[in-house]
Amino acid sequence: MRRSLAILGFAVLLALSFALPGLAEQKELRWGGDTEGGAPYMFQDPKDTKRIIGYEVEIIEAIAKQLGRKPVFVQNGWDNLIPGLQRKLYDVSIDGLEITPEHKQEVNFSIPYYATFLQLAVRRDNKTITSLEDCRGKVVGTLKQAYSHQVLEEFGGIEIRLYEDEINAYSDLVNGRLDATLFDAPIAVFYAGFNPEIKFVGPEIGRMEYGIAVRKEDKELLKEINGAIVALRDSGELRKIYDRWNLWSPMMAKEFNDYRPRQADAVMFNEWAELQRPEFTFRDRMKRYAGFMPVLGRAALTTMKVSIVAMLLAMAFGFVLAVARVFGPKPLSKLAVAYIETIRGTPVLIQLFFIFYGLPNIGIKLSPFVAGAVGLGLNYAAYEAENYRAGLISVPKAQMEGALALAMTRWQALRHVVIPQAFRLVLPPLTNDFISLLKDSSLVSVITMVDLTKAYGQLATTYYDYFGTGIIVAGIYLLLGLPFVRLARWAEGRLAKVGNMARLEEETTEELIASKDGIL
Amino acid sequence: MAPSNQPLIVVDNLCKSFEQGEVLNHISISIREGDLVSVIGPSGCGKSTFLRCLNCLEILDSGSISIAGVTVSRKSPKDPITDDLLEKAHLLRQEVGLVFQIFNLFPHKSVLENVILAPMVVKKESREQAEDNAVRLLKKVGLEDCIHRDPSTLSGGQKQRAAIARALAMNPKVMLYDEPTSALDPELVKEVLQVMRDLDAEGMTQIIVTHEMRFARKASDYIVFMDKGEIVEVDDGDILFTNPKNERTREFLRHFEGDAL
Repeated sequence: MRRSLAILGFAVLLALSFALPGLAEQKELRWGGDTEGGAPYMFQDPKDTKRIIGYEVEIIEAIAKQLGRKPVFVQNGWDNLIPGLQRKLYDVSIDGLEITPEHKQEVNFSIPYYATFLQLAVRRDNKTITSLEDCRGKVVGTLKQAYSHQVLEEFGGIEIRLYEDEINAYSDLVNGRLDATLFDAPIAVFYAGFNPEIKFVGPEIGRMEYGIAVRKEDKELLKEINGAIVALRDSGELRKIYDRWNLWSPMMAKEFNDYRPRQADAVMFNEWAELQRPEFTFRDRMKRYAGFMPVLGRAALTTMKVSIVAMLLAMAFGFVLAVARVFGPKPLSKLAVAYIETIRGTPVLIQLFFIFYGLPNIGIKLSPFVAGAVGLGLNYAAYEAENYRAGLISVPKAQMEGALALAMTRWQALRHVVIPQAFRLVLPPLTNDFISLLKDSSLVSVITMVDLTKAYGQLATTYYDYFGTGIIVAGIYLLLGLPFVRLARWAEGRLAKVGNMARLEEETTEELIASKDGIL
Repeated sequence: MAPSNQPLIVVDNLCKSFEQGEVLNHISISIREGDLVSVIGPSGCGKSTFLRCLNCLEILDSGSISIAGVTVSRKSPKDPITDDLLEKAHLLRQEVGLVFQIFNLFPHKSVLENVILAPMVVKKESREQAEDNAVRLLKKVGLEDCIHRDPSTLSGGQKQRAAIARALAMNPKVMLYDEPTSALDPELVKEVLQVMRDLDAEGMTQIIVTHEMRFARKASDYIVFMDKGEIVEVDDGDILFTNPKNERTREFLRHFEGDAL
C-alpha cells in the first residue's frame, strides 16, 4: 500500500546503523502507525476522535493479546514508519506495509496477514474504459510512490497524475480532471464505493501482501508474531475482523484456504457507510466540528509550544551568531558564516530528520518535542542572525566611534550604544519570522508530533472533509498568529522612527558638509 | 602661552598611512597645558587623521604620542598591535575628549542619558553622581532647558554643545574638536565657539581642527598649518595670517583674503 518506504532513503540510511539489540519490553507491545493513513487501515473513530480504529488496529491488538502483551500505539508519519522502527520508537510497525524486496533490505517482515489487489475506477458515465489497456493515452491518478504507481509506470503509455491522498484523487475523477484512478482495493471500497458518480471496472490487477515490520535483530519477536498470525488465522479470528470491515475477497479465500460463508456482520463497514450518506444536515456538521475542538486545541497547543521555544532559541543563538560574524575575530566570524550558510542552504526537513533519526547514531537521543524545537530553533537562528546583522551594520559606524571616543571598550560600546539601536531595527522582521515559524512548525509532524497540520490531515481523511476542516484549521492558525502580527505592526510604527534617526541625521549633515566644502 | 608650563602633549615622528597612501608624515609637536591650538589646512591634508590618532581611534603606524603621562608608541607599521598597546590606547582615551563634526550623539537616549552613559559604564560612577555632574555640565554649555529632550529635537548648535558636555563628563585633560562647526548653520557657529572660549578661560588644553579662520586667529594661542601630511608652519595667529613664512601657507590663505579674516 501507498508510498514506498524507500522515499526517504536519507532518513533510513541515518537510522540504519544503530541496530543494537534492545531489551524487548516484557509487558508492552509498542506499535507504530499513521492515523492519517485513513480508513479502513487506521483512523480516528468518527464517534470519538480520541480513539483509533481500523482493521489493522484490531489485528495488532489481537496479536498483542495472543503474546500476552499490552498494545501501545505510537503515532508516526507513514513515510517514516521504518526509520522510526529502527530508532526504536516502537517494537513493530503495521500500517498496510507492503512486503517488497526493497523493504526487506531494511527490516524483516512477518508472514503476510492480508493480500489484496488494485482496483480501477472511472466515472459512472464512462463507457470506453474497462481495463488498464483502455487507459493508454488517458489520464490516470494514483498515490505517489505506491505499488499502483509502479504498475502504471511499467504498463506504459498512460499519463500518470500523482496524489498525496486518495480523497483528492477521487474528487478529480468526479470533476473530470482524471479519466480513471488506480488504488489498493480497500481504499477504493472505502473512499469511492459510496460515491454514486464513480464505478469500479475491470479485473483484479496485481497482487500486494501486507506484513508486520520488525527490526532485523529482533528474530525472537518475529517468530512470536508469525506464530500469533498463524494461530489467529486458524482460530478464524482474522477472518472475523476482515468480515466486520467487509475486506474478505476471493483472493483472501485462496490465501487462507477458507471458503466458508461470511463469519461476522460487516458492522464496521456499515458504520463507515452510514457516515458517507450525503444527507447530512448543517446542524450535524456543526456538531461534528464542535467535536473536533479538543483534538485541534491540543494540536494548536503543541504548535504554539514548539514555535515559542524554537523562536526563543533562534533569537538567542542568532544573536550570538550575528555578533560573532560582525564583531568577532576572523576564525569565529568565519565559523558563524559557515553555520549560517550551511543551515540556510539545506532544507529544514532534512535537518529535522538528521536531529531526530540521525543523532541517535552518536548517542544523542532527543524527545520529539526537544528535537522539533531545537531543529526549528537552530534553523531559524541562521535567519535571525542575518536579521540582526542587517540591524547591526545599519547602525552608523560613527555611533561606535562616538562610544569608543568616550573611552568605552568595544564590548561596552556594543552593549550600550550599537545593540540597543540595532534591536529596534530588527524587531519588525523578527516578529514576521515568528509568524513564518508558526507555519513551518507543521514540519514537526515528520518526527511523530501531532501538530495542527497533522491533526488537520487526520480529521480530513477520517471525515472525507478537506474543505470545512481546512477552513477551521486556517482560522486557528490566523488566530495564533494574530497577536504577533499586531505586535509587529506596533513595533514597526513605534520603533522604526527612532531607529532611523541616527542614519537620517548622518545623511543630512553629510549633505550640509558637502555644500560647505564647496567654499574651499 | 606661559613658557613655564610643562608640555602636556608630546607627539614625536607620528606616521600614519592608509591603503590610499601616506596621510601623516613624521609629525612632531609639543603642546603645553592650557594651550588652545587651531589646526588649519586644505581638505585632505591629514588634520582630521592627526586628531583621530591623538585619541587612538586610529592606531599610529610609527612614532609616539604622550598625553598626560600615558605614552603610546610603535616602531614600525609591521609591529603587531599588541594587547599592551591597546590597553595604553584605552588609558590614553580616558584623558582625551573628542568632539565630532557630526556630533555622534546616541539617538536612542535623551540628552542627559547621553552625558551620563560613559561615566557610569567606564568610570562606574553612581547614577546620582553622574547626573549631578551632567546637569552641571549641561548648564555650563547652556542646555539646562534641554536635559530630558531627545537629541533629534535639538538644533545643530545645541547638539554640538551636548556633545561637548558629554565629552567633558569624562573629566578629560585634553579636548579635541574635529571641525566642530562645519555641520552647523552659520548663525549657530558662535554659540559653540563660545563654549570653547569659556573652557580656554578655565585652562582646558584644546586642539581644534577648523575652517573658522577668524576664530582660529583671535582665540588660539597659536595655529598649526598642515599640508600633505606635514606640519608646514606653527605660529601666532596674527603673524601667520599677515606674514606667513612658507609659500604653501600663503597659497592656502589666499582663498580667505577679505572673506573670513
